[in-house]
Amino acid sequence: MDALLELLTKDSRLTAEALAARLNLTPAEVQTKIAAWEADGTILGYQAVVDPEKTPQGGVTALIEVRLTPERGGGFDRLAERVAKFDQVATCWLMSGGYDLAVVVQAASLQEVARFVTEKLSTLGGVLSTVTHFQLKIYKQNGFLSVPTPDGARLPITP
Amino acid sequence: MMSLDPDPSTLRVKSKISDRIQAIPRSGIREFFELVLNAGDVISLGVGEPDFATPWHIREAAIYSLEKGQTSYTSNLGLLDLRKSIAKYVAQKFHVSYDATKEIIVTVGVSEALDLAFRALLNPGEEVIYHEPCYVSYSPTIYMAYGVPVVVETRAEDNFALRAAAVEKAITPKSKVIMLNFPTNPTGAVMDPAELQGIADLAIKHDLIVITDEIYSELLYSEREHPSIAALPGMKERTILMHGFSKAFAMTGFRLGYACAPPELTEAMMKIHQYSMLCAPITAQVAAVEALEHGAAPMEEMRKAYWRRRNLVVHKLNAAGLPTFQPGGAFYAFPDIRSTQMTSREFATRLLEEEKVAVVPGTAFGKAGEGFVRACYATDENQLAIALDRIAAFAQRHRS
Repeated sequence: MDALLELLTKDSRLTAEALAARLNLTPAEVQTKIAAWEADGTILGYQAVVDPEKTPQGGVTALIEVRLTPERGGGFDRLAERVAKFDQVATCWLMSGGYDLAVVVQAASLQEVARFVTEKLSTLGGVLSTVTHFQLKIYKQNGFLSVPTPDGARLPITP
Repeated sequence: MMSLDPDPSTLRVKSKISDRIQAIPRSGIREFFELVLNAGDVISLGVGEPDFATPWHIREAAIYSLEKGQTSYTSNLGLLDLRKSIAKYVAQKFHVSYDATKEIIVTVGVSEALDLAFRALLNPGEEVIYHEPCYVSYSPTIYMAYGVPVVVETRAEDNFALRAAAVEKAITPKSKVIMLNFPTNPTGAVMDPAELQGIADLAIKHDLIVITDEIYSELLYSEREHPSIAALPGMKERTILMHGFSKAFAMTGFRLGYACAPPELTEAMMKIHQYSMLCAPITAQVAAVEALEHGAAPMEEMRKAYWRRRNLVVHKLNAAGLPTFQPGGAFYAFPDIRSTQMTSREFATRLLEEEKVAVVPGTAFGKAGEGFVRACYATDENQLAIALDRIAAFAQRHRS
């Protein structure tokens, strides 16, 4: 991966100046590259990684395994894209193995997930079955540990 | 009434310490360490080790070996599996092949390997040529093995790389060993392949042994491959290649290194090692196998982080009016602080007092380090940015 892109995936808040100093580029070069990636869809967006347990409303997250009937010509794409469009769907992957789509759904309550699965997802033509798993606890997301464990301290001066 | 005279029993005990050990001066680093400890909340660019904890898969391998009850001695030379992994790794990285059964010895860090090598090689009065500024242990270790340390100073004009011509001037009939460390602690200097060949030619011409400390050889920031002198024609049979796990795999506390050398030399080092150390700790050895077999990706991640920080540090130091060359390797920048009209020690002491930032005076690494300080960039990028802003403010204030 491009070093600039890699750094942005770790911390997207760094300014063009700060990025440039770390990568031996000029701020203008950094801005040009970022603008090009935003334009061509390489960079889809920027987000904060939030621990839902620390937010007042919390909400629920579910992983839903979906089996589909593939369609002639398009395979799974048309159906998968249709599923992905629902606001509740945070992540949608086509999978190898025992089922076809892994759908991560975020909703305010268990009932809302249930309603989404029974009314929206299961009723789509081509959906053969769904298995819903609720998330109980997060230990790590997007590379961040929920409880960061500080590494052991170093001596301040060593040879 | 308090007496200012030292306690007579202290004097009596002191008189029992060997003259040779009494003659070794206190380490400059040690002295500075105490200053920093007393300074309170400091951002330290004074460390000589990675800020990353050992990658989890390596730590996990160590834990698992303890679970399995692997708590015994190992062969004096080290676990055969580890030596095989080392042979494979060294062959791939340095293009020189060693026999795992008789040309590799696992040691407690490169520091022990150095001690073994000097004790195995030197008769009293024989000379070891090494370059300064350098890691603090070289000269005392040579001295403690009854050798004579002969310094070749590297120069700022050469970005602290070593020139074969300078080495040649230091050769005498008593010379026995040339000692190299590139990339270098504290300068981050790397070696030009042509100069390295020149040094190899000298070693062959004068029948000298070469010890090469490759501890920073993974932490390089150019596309160019790192040449080890051991791989040059005619050199394997007269070279001791030393390497370890501390820097590249962030395993300093595991205390594990190794030496690769011709069988007779390995055997001689083993003679000392078996009586002084017996073997390196087995937990560290098991962890090291995991590091060599599966540690490439996490190591590359760390290398990239150091590369970004090097760019940041060099950029900011130069912008602050402290000329700093782009170090080719390791994780140290070596800024020239002469524009402040201070000595290295003054600069480091006052920076600590006024800005609560610790760097190490260049003179801790030899006289040739005067006018420079070592700033280690193995530190979190945000902290690094703050420290550098403070250094810039300090330099600005004190520039006449």
